[in-house]
Parts: sequence; structure tokens; C-alpha cells
Amino acid sequence: MSYFRAENLSLHFGGLKAVDSVSFAVEKGEILSIIGPNGAGKSSIFNLISRIYPPTHGKIFFEDQDITHQPAYDIAGLGIARTFQNIELFENATVLSNLLVGRHRHSTTSLWQELLFMPSVRASEKLHRRRVEQVIEFLDLEPYRDKLISGLPYGVRKVIELARALCSEPKLILLDEPSSGLNVEETDDMSFWIRDMKSELGITVLMVEHDMSLVNRVSDRVIALNYGKVLAMGSPSEVQSHPDVVAAYLGA
Amino acid sequence: MLDFVQQLVSGIALGCVYGLIALGFVLIYKATEVVNFAQGDLMMLGGFFGFTFISMLGFNYWFGFACAVAAMAVFGMVAERVVVRPILGYPQFSIIMVTIGLGFFLRSMAGIIWGTDDLKIDTPFSQGVLKIGSLVLAHDKLSVIAATVILCTLLYLFFNRTTLGTAMRASSENMLAAYYMGIPVKRVVSIVWAISAAVAGTAGVLLAPITFVHSNVGLVLGLKAFPAAVLGGFGSIPGALVGGVLIGVIESMAGFYLPQGWKDVAPYIVLLAVLLLKPEGLFGHHVRKKV
Amino acid sequence: MRFIFKTDYEDDIRLFPHSGYVWTYGTLLVLLAIAPFVLSSYIMSQLVFVCIYATVGVGLMILSGFTGQASLGHAAFLAIGAYTAAYLQQYNVPFPVYFLAAGLLTGVIGALVGFPALRLQGIYLVIATISFAFIVEEILARWESVTHGNEGMRVKTLSLFGLMIPRDSPSFYFLCLGFLILTIIGTLNLLRSPTGRAFIAIRDSETAARSMGVNVALYKVKSFAISAAITGFAGALFAHKLTFISPEMFTLLLSIEFIIVILIGGTFSLHGAVLGAIFLVMIDPFLTYLKDDMPGIISGSASALGASKATASNIQSSVAAFASANGLKGAIYGFIIVVFVLFEPLGLYGRWLKIKLFFQLFPLYKRATFKRQKIYVKSERNR
Repeated sequence: MSYFRAENLSLHFGGLKAVDSVSFAVEKGEILSIIGPNGAGKSSIFNLISRIYPPTHGKIFFEDQDITHQPAYDIAGLGIARTFQNIELFENATVLSNLLVGRHRHSTTSLWQELLFMPSVRASEKLHRRRVEQVIEFLDLEPYRDKLISGLPYGVRKVIELARALCSEPKLILLDEPSSGLNVEETDDMSFWIRDMKSELGITVLMVEHDMSLVNRVSDRVIALNYGKVLAMGSPSEVQSHPDVVAAYLGA
Repeated sequence: MLDFVQQLVSGIALGCVYGLIALGFVLIYKATEVVNFAQGDLMMLGGFFGFTFISMLGFNYWFGFACAVAAMAVFGMVAERVVVRPILGYPQFSIIMVTIGLGFFLRSMAGIIWGTDDLKIDTPFSQGVLKIGSLVLAHDKLSVIAATVILCTLLYLFFNRTTLGTAMRASSENMLAAYYMGIPVKRVVSIVWAISAAVAGTAGVLLAPITFVHSNVGLVLGLKAFPAAVLGGFGSIPGALVGGVLIGVIESMAGFYLPQGWKDVAPYIVLLAVLLLKPEGLFGHHVRKKV
Repeated sequence: MRFIFKTDYEDDIRLFPHSGYVWTYGTLLVLLAIAPFVLSSYIMSQLVFVCIYATVGVGLMILSGFTGQASLGHAAFLAIGAYTAAYLQQYNVPFPVYFLAAGLLTGVIGALVGFPALRLQGIYLVIATISFAFIVEEILARWESVTHGNEGMRVKTLSLFGLMIPRDSPSFYFLCLGFLILTIIGTLNLLRSPTGRAFIAIRDSETAARSMGVNVALYKVKSFAISAAITGFAGALFAHKLTFISPEMFTLLLSIEFIIVILIGGTFSLHGAVLGAIFLVMIDPFLTYLKDDMPGIISGSASALGASKATASNIQSSVAAFASANGLKGAIYGFIIVVFVLFEPLGLYGRWLKIKLFFQLFPLYKRATFKRQKIYVKSERNR
């Protein structure tokens, strides 16, 4: 069985079929990219996986467990983290507390222990901090620890969002357009980090991306979508030369 | 049965009052996405203006009425300029707090200026009643119903059929974008406050024969108009009217058929129940945030 | 300027980042401890009110400031706490028991209010909490077998382990102060642990919080419960301070006063709750001062400037009439709210930070450092 599987996934808004019977599988340890024109239903698939929308039809499996009807907050607990297309950070908090929220799924202390700040809370806070520092080092975020998000430039926020997702120590990470709004150097950094996530941290990556050079550099496999349907699936070069995909992009 | 109809009509009349105040909320909300907690107090002020022009200065009723409404429109613009404009574009909570503060200020100032006695305005239709069979309907209540329906229709057409109305809706959706598209956002906001204050003034003068003019009347009625606006979905002009009538009817029925005390809380209980089932009100529509 | 060199993760967890804080707060604590033996009984009484209002302020801050859920219904929570205490006291329940009961019951009711509030946002939540407060007020007035309706309830002198603690004794002050300090420490503890961060996450982005594994519904209910419980505890103390409670004390006006407390103090920090409480409690003595002394001073200065005797006494009487007008307190509240939102949106604590920074950076302070950025929020309907 596959590591992560979507079966006949559909999302309808009234008559609009944003996602229409999409099936795909992600193997453990691979980087799979989803490409397609605007409005093809790429982000909707992510929103279905992280349960922002309930699917109209279809099922989602992760590690052979049916997660279609898990509550949204449980998805992170299973080891699936995500980033957002238009950054969703906690604006009025410091970078450090943003990243510590990423650790939320690992917190075990109860309200009473926290009110009294018992030694167990102190110990687990230090443990969380240590993990957060590893991510900070991995993504070169050292200068920003105590800065408020609201004062940081877009490119840095993008990295912090990735860092927050990594802090939850995910098994599968969903990246929604990781390079949008980044300049060439920042995109280069991003591509290194994505590959390192796979090779060093052993994380499986599912990514929505428009930048084809980034897709070519990092992906093991690519899925092309249009109008909510799968057009083609395969290696980056196969998909890009597929006649349906060429037609979809050129509008023929 | 007769009792029921009588209660229904007086409930509708009361509800139209709530509807008129709710209409003021909705106008400002629709155009600027600001919730004006001082709306009830603007209505109260309208009543005092009416009293000043008609009873103190001895103007003809209709002329005094017009003067009061015009004065309120000017007052609305001034209030907007002084307290609302400096914080346009800031989070909603700041603006809510400013209007609460404004309401407090107006209420106490009215009390200090006009005193705290119940004042009365003589109107051409204070005494008259309309008899249909054994049903007795007071003219002053009917006048409120008629005025509400007319105002609602006019404002509805204004918002949906005129360019200025479209500009108002646009600036509520996205102020900055509307500004870049050449809509004079500041003037639009100013006009909407003027209209809203004028509506409140109309309500205040019409209400004078029914509830008297008193500095606290705005608070009491304003707080009842809130559930009305929320029931109607806050952004909808017909919704405000329907919500107001619903609240009015519920209140008058609860006052008649239920034990004492229910009259005042029944509207709020209904409101909470509606919010539980339909958090966006009866006529509102809820759009998800896109991520 | 002080630079703190952090050498351990502990440095970011500590409540007092450096020794300066220990000195400042230590001195403050000593001053507060000797206050009852130095200050007049009137000021002490006001200080007790400051403690109680500040406690409620901290409770409201957790809900509104940190979790981002507005509430105009906190007077109802205070009332529930006060009435629980008064009711149980009739049956000779000892203070520690009914004090706990007041807080816990209010907390449970807060959680129950939290559930329906889960689906509401912004203005809808504000109105729902107002509705809740009205319903509670009406229940208090009508449920005569328990609450004695509009006649109100007497509250006997507090007795703790056989000791009588009258409401104007130093011991009562220490009790209120102690509870305030406990509340603040507990809240600070919460803020440096996962629960507090989850609250802040919910305030800033519910979607992102959810996708990071925060059970948004659960934490909102928790926030409501904690906030209500703190207010309920404060209610029990409030009842003892007033010795008499009746439904008309717990109106919308009181809820708005609590909002004023956090708004004026500054909604982003616990300091704000305390500063705001001091400010609010000071309004009453200020009004008394206005009534008693202002007319004399103004007419005195008028005659000093050459006004005739008749004009001076004229001025005196009109100023006196204005200062003793019934609604003046409301006007002052309104004026204060408007002025603070317009000119000092970060509150008193924000002003203090600005002054501090000014001296630290002197002469390099830039006026624009704290300039508020207009955000031109797009429609909040699409949330």
C-alpha cells in the first residue's frame, strides 16, 4: 500500500467542480509536485487534506489509516504539516512563539500544570526550544528569533512558515507554492531546503508550485491538473511534454 | 383572537422602530463595515432636536421635523469627521469602542443640556385612531410603520440602483481598492453617516409621541435594535426591517402571553437561538476565508 | 540601554529577564505591603477596588487581548461569582469553600457560554455576550427565592478560620492584592506554555492554528472558562467589599467599564490591566474633586484675572451645576474612550514604553517608531 493516497477525491461548490475525482498516491520519501494553471484545483486538494473543506466524495488515506473524517486539528497530530499560499502566520507574536506553536502537537502538559508552571512544564518547554533551535539552524533563521512577524519582509515570512511546519516534526509536509513571491536567490535556497528535508530529515513532500524550474530541480514525480481533473502523472519531463498539459498551458 | 391581532399590530409598530434604528446600523455597516453603537443615541438626539424646533421654538410640525432631520444629517457628518475618520482603516474593535464612547458622551450631554424629564412633542396625529371593526390602531403607531416602509424602500433602491450606492458597497468590500478606483472614499463615508444620522433623526421625531423624549431612550431602544440588525444579517436593508419586526412582535407577544420579565429577555433568547443555528443571521451570507 | 546576553534557554522562560525587574517589582511589592499603615482609609478602599478591577481586567485580557474574543458580558460573570458567594454564605459555608465555588461555577458557566460562541465572530460575538449579560441580569432580578430579586442581598463580614476580616481592614486588602498577584503569575505562566501560545495563535489566525494541531474549539472554550473563573473569584471579593449586591449593579455599564480598563491600560500586556484599573478607579475621586473644589478654583482665578464679584459667583455656580450634573460620569467615560482610541491606541502602558524608549535612545528617538500602520482591512465578512 502507498504511504499517502487520495481516492476519487471530489470537491463541489454548488455546480462548480473544484476537484473532480482525483486519485493519486505519494510514496514514502518522495517529492511529488502538483502543477496546473490557476484555478485548476491544486490548493483545494491541500485544503481537502488538511480538512479546511470536507470532501464531497472520496477518501484520503495516510499510513493505511482513513483520515477523511478526522477533525482538522488531528491532521497535524498524525504528522501532516502544511504551509499556506498567502502566508498565515501569527502576526502579532515573535518568530520564536510562532515556531513554538508548531510544537503544539507534541505538548503533553495539562492546564493545571501550566498554571503553576511545574517542573515538568519547564522541562518540556526546554525540550521544545531545543527542537525549535534545530529548525532555526536548518533554515538560517538565527537573526529573527525575537522579532515580531508584522515587521518582517515577505521572503523571511515564507521561510518562517516553512520552519513552523518543520517544528511539528512532520512525516508528510504540504507546501502550497513555496516559491511564490520569492526572488531568484531565495527560490534557490528554497529548492536546497526542500531537497534537504527529503534527504536529511526523511520527510515526504507534497508540493503545489508554479515555478517549473523549481519543480524540475526537486521533484521525483509530477501531477498535472486542469479543471479539477488529473491530466498527466509521471516524471517532470514526461508530464511537461504530455500533449494535454501543453494544450492546457497554451490554451489550445 | 382580537387580542392577538392587536398585539401583532403594536408589535409590528414597535418592531418598525427597531427596524428604523437597525436600518441606521446596517447603512453604516454596509458602507464602512463599522458597527455604530451610538446609533440609538443619535436617534435620541434626533428626538431632542425635534423637541427644540417644534416645542421650544414653536415651528410648524412638518417644518420642525425637516429641520431636525437636516440638523441630524449635519451632526452625523461632524461626528464622522471628528471621531470616525481618524481611525478608518484600523481594526473593527477600535471603531466599536469609539462609537460606544460617542454614545456615552451624547447621552450624558443630552441629559445635561435638556434635563432628565420626559419631554413631549405635539404632533398632528397624536390623538387620532383608526378603527377597523373592533380593532383600534393609533395614528402615531401607523405613522411609524408607514415611514419605516417608505424609508426602507428608498434606501434599498438607493443602494442597489444608484452609482453612489455602488460606490458605498465597493468601499465596504475593500476600502483601499475602492480608493484606487477613483471612489472618493472619505466623502462616501461622510455621506453615509449623514444619511444614517438623518434616518435616526426621523425615527427619533416619529417616536417622540410614543416613547417621550428622554436621554436614556436611545440606549434602551438601541440595544433592542441590535438583535434586530443581527437577526436580519447586519448587511441587509430588508433584513433590518424583517429583523426589527420579528423582535417587536416577539417582545409584544412575550409581554402579553408570558409571565412578567420575559418581555425584556425574549428578544435576546431568540437572538441567541438564531445565532446558534445560523451564525450569520437570517439574511446574511457567510463566505469562507480563502487560504 | 541594557543588552541581555542569553546563555541558556532558561533565559527566555524566566518571568524576570534580568535583575532590574526583580528590583523594580520587589520595591513595588514592599510599597504595597506598607501601604495600609501609611495611607488614609479612603485611599486604601480605592486600592482594594483597583485590585478587584485589575483582577477582572486580567481575566478579560486573557479572553479579549490574547484569544481575540471580544466580550461585553463580563459584568454577568462578576455577578454570578458575587451571588454564588452571597448565597452560600447564608448557609454558613466557610469562605475558602464558597470562594472556590464562586470561581468554579462561573468558570463552568463561562465554558457553557463559550460553546455557542465558537461559531461567532466579531460583532456577532459582542452582541451574543451582551444578550447573555441581559439574560443573567433578568434572572437575578426574577429568581427571588435565591437572589431576593431587586431587593438585593446582604453579604456578611468575611470570616476566615474564625478570624473576622472586615471590608476596610488591611487583611482584606492583602487578600485582594494576594489574589491579584496569584492571578497575574498564573496568567504569565499560561502565556509561556503551550496553552497561552495556542490562545495567541487563535487570535492571529484560526486556520493556521488548526493546521498546526490546535483544537481551536477546545481552546476557545478553555479561554472563556479561565476568563470567567477569574472574574467569578473577583466577584466573590467584590461582594464582600460592597457588603450589598443587587442586580442593577451588574449592568452593561459595568461590562463597558471592564473594557475601558483593558483598553486604557493597553490590550497587549498585563501591565495594561493594572494601569487601566488604577485609572478607572481614580475617575470617582476626580469627579468628587470636580464637584467640591473646581468651582471655587475657577471663580477664584476668574476674579484674580479681574472679573467682578458678581461674574465670579455666576461662574462659580454654573461650573458647580455642570460638575454636579447627573450624567457627567458617562460623558467623561465617553470622552476618555474616544480620546484613548484616537490618540493613545496602545494605552497607558504603551505610553510608558514610549517614554522609556525616548530616554534610552536619547537623543536619537524617532517619532515614527510607534506610528500605527493603517491596515485598511478588507471586508471582515469574508472570514
